[in-house]
Amino acid sequence: MKLFKVITNGIFNENPTFRLVLGTCPTLAVTTAAVNALGMGAATTFVLVGSNVVIAMLKNFIPEQVRIPAFVVVIASFVTVVQMLLKAFLPALNESLGIFIPLIVVNCIILARAESFASKNKVIPSLLDGIGIGIGFTLGLLLIASVREILGNGTIFGISVMGAAYQPALMMILAPGGFLVFGVMMALVNKISSKKGGNA
Amino acid sequence: MDGFTRIMLILLSSILVNNFVLSRFLGICPFLGVSRKVETAVGMGAAVTFVMALASVITWLLQYYVLVPLHIEYMQTIAFILVIAALVQFVEMFIKKSSPTLYQSLGVYLPLITTNCAVLGVAILNINSQYNLIETLINGTGGALGFMLAIVLFAGIRERMDTNDIAKSFLGFPIALVTASLMSIAFLGFQGLIK
Repeated sequence: MKLFKVITNGIFNENPTFRLVLGTCPTLAVTTAAVNALGMGAATTFVLVGSNVVIAMLKNFIPEQVRIPAFVVVIASFVTVVQMLLKAFLPALNESLGIFIPLIVVNCIILARAESFASKNKVIPSLLDGIGIGIGFTLGLLLIASVREILGNGTIFGISVMGAAYQPALMMILAPGGFLVFGVMMALVNKISSKKGGNA
Repeated sequence: MDGFTRIMLILLSSILVNNFVLSRFLGICPFLGVSRKVETAVGMGAAVTFVMALASVITWLLQYYVLVPLHIEYMQTIAFILVIAALVQFVEMFIKKSSPTLYQSLGVYLPLITTNCAVLGVAILNINSQYNLIETLINGTGGALGFMLAIVLFAGIRERMDTNDIAKSFLGFPIALVTASLMSIAFLGFQGLIK
């Protein structure tokens, strides 16, 4: 039961997008379409789980002083793996995520989890923490991307939902829409959690 | 197009039209985190400018004189991030030794720069756009100046917001993001500058 809690913790209490406010760059950049958000979420989850597990395994061998560079090398290796996989199997997604795939290396969520969770816990909890935080991040991205895609393009996952008469608000797909939707979403999350007694 | 016009175009584009923060979404973390006061925003901007210009040139040299000849371009991500981390460390030590006053004002921001995605971002963008060494330097410096412009303006607005009456659920990050959105709309106006 305790292990299950590790997963839900990443999805709700420590949701990386809305609660910890980490990894904001990809959050804003790839949420122009729901497909991209899902792809980015999956890629980040893969790196997160991989680096969490490896770092949890190696934590006793890594000297305290050089742990950050060591973590970064582990993370960068997994990012390179993702980069190669995407290039080989999903070239279209690779194209639309572009520069933000290599930039997963500097996504602060991953380093933050390595430092604050994986380096202090055993392999299995670290694995679950990676999955939980990964799902939380993916859900956050998906939520923002859905709103932006519906308002800005009238579609979701490329399927038209708003009818032919709908005039898409292009602004939502452009940069300002990203900031706006993210800000309003976060305010909504704050509102809902404060109603619940501020413990969510 | 002759060299000078091209360089001016790259400079203008990286500072205003494709502003790193407001239209490319690079370096959002420090943009939101270190923008409560104008003074600290200027410090962060200066530190980033310095590292970004240096990192652009060094990663360019690394790409074309080490990775390409050895046919290990796939090592790009790992190599670049290590070089940037080492560079930041080195710059920190150098400034500490050579100019204690500068270190006093920039010191705290330097370690944060390693995880600033604008630095790795500009390095990769330079390679993807196939810039030559001079264009790389210009693009790196311009991008960093654009970052500085955005963060200083943003800090100015946030300082004034502190005294305003803001709905409770919007306090902190949400209102900052909405503000950034409005700034981003303003920067969209530069789009027409370059065809």
